[in-house]
Amino acid sequence: MSSAHPRKVKLLYFAWVREKIGRASEEVALPDNVATVADLVTWLKTRGPEFGEAFARADVVRAAVDKTHVKSDARIAEAQEIAFFPPVTGG
Amino acid sequence: MGVKVQREDFDVASEVDALASGRTDIGAIVTFTGRVRDDDKGRPIKSMTLEHYPGMTEEELSRIEADANARWPLQASLIIHRTGELSPGDNIVLVVTASAHRQAALEAAGFLMDYLKTRAPFWKKETGPAGESSWVEARENDETAATRWRST
Repeated sequence: MSSAHPRKVKLLYFAWVREKIGRASEEVALPDNVATVADLVTWLKTRGPEFGEAFARADVVRAAVDKTHVKSDARIAEAQEIAFFPPVTGG
Repeated sequence: MGVKVQREDFDVASEVDALASGRTDIGAIVTFTGRVRDDDKGRPIKSMTLEHYPGMTEEELSRIEADANARWPLQASLIIHRTGELSPGDNIVLVVTASAHRQAALEAAGFLMDYLKTRAPFWKKETGPAGESSWVEARENDETAATRWRST
């Protein structure tokens, strides 16, 4: 499946994920072959060493799609906002 | 029911008063207050900064609170969590649960804290006396504590 206009989503980064990537948010055009959160991580890691560093332990980094916790196999076709962050430490 | 995410401090007594005043159906109120300690495993702490995910934090806390209200007969509940830079001795989090009897209030308060610690998108960064800082790592036993509610 392909589209003439790649879909744009907002990415948010928190805590040490934000620090390693060097920004808190950005808007990206998703390639057609990015269907799940895991696909997105794989693609992000090709964008620069800072992403490789942030996702070096990809099993540690958590994700939320539209402000809801998801697993890495979650589909992101309808997503507006995808966030990546370390395990939470509030309370 | 209520959820507040704020930089300002809270006063436990006035929050409990606001929640319970005029109510004669509440027989038990439990409050839990989490505070900043001055050390982490022997390492001195000068300050703690709490980052969060605005929007998701409020939604997640509301989901956790609704979950508690579905599991226990609560007359009222409240979660307040602070953000920004805090010092040792400062309040971080307040959970209040009110019920007709103590068991529901006690259990629901424990559930709210266990779930908050593993699901609410907050991250703590500690700064030591020399200005060195590090992100607090998630604890395995917080995850274990949250798991105990799954069989109930």
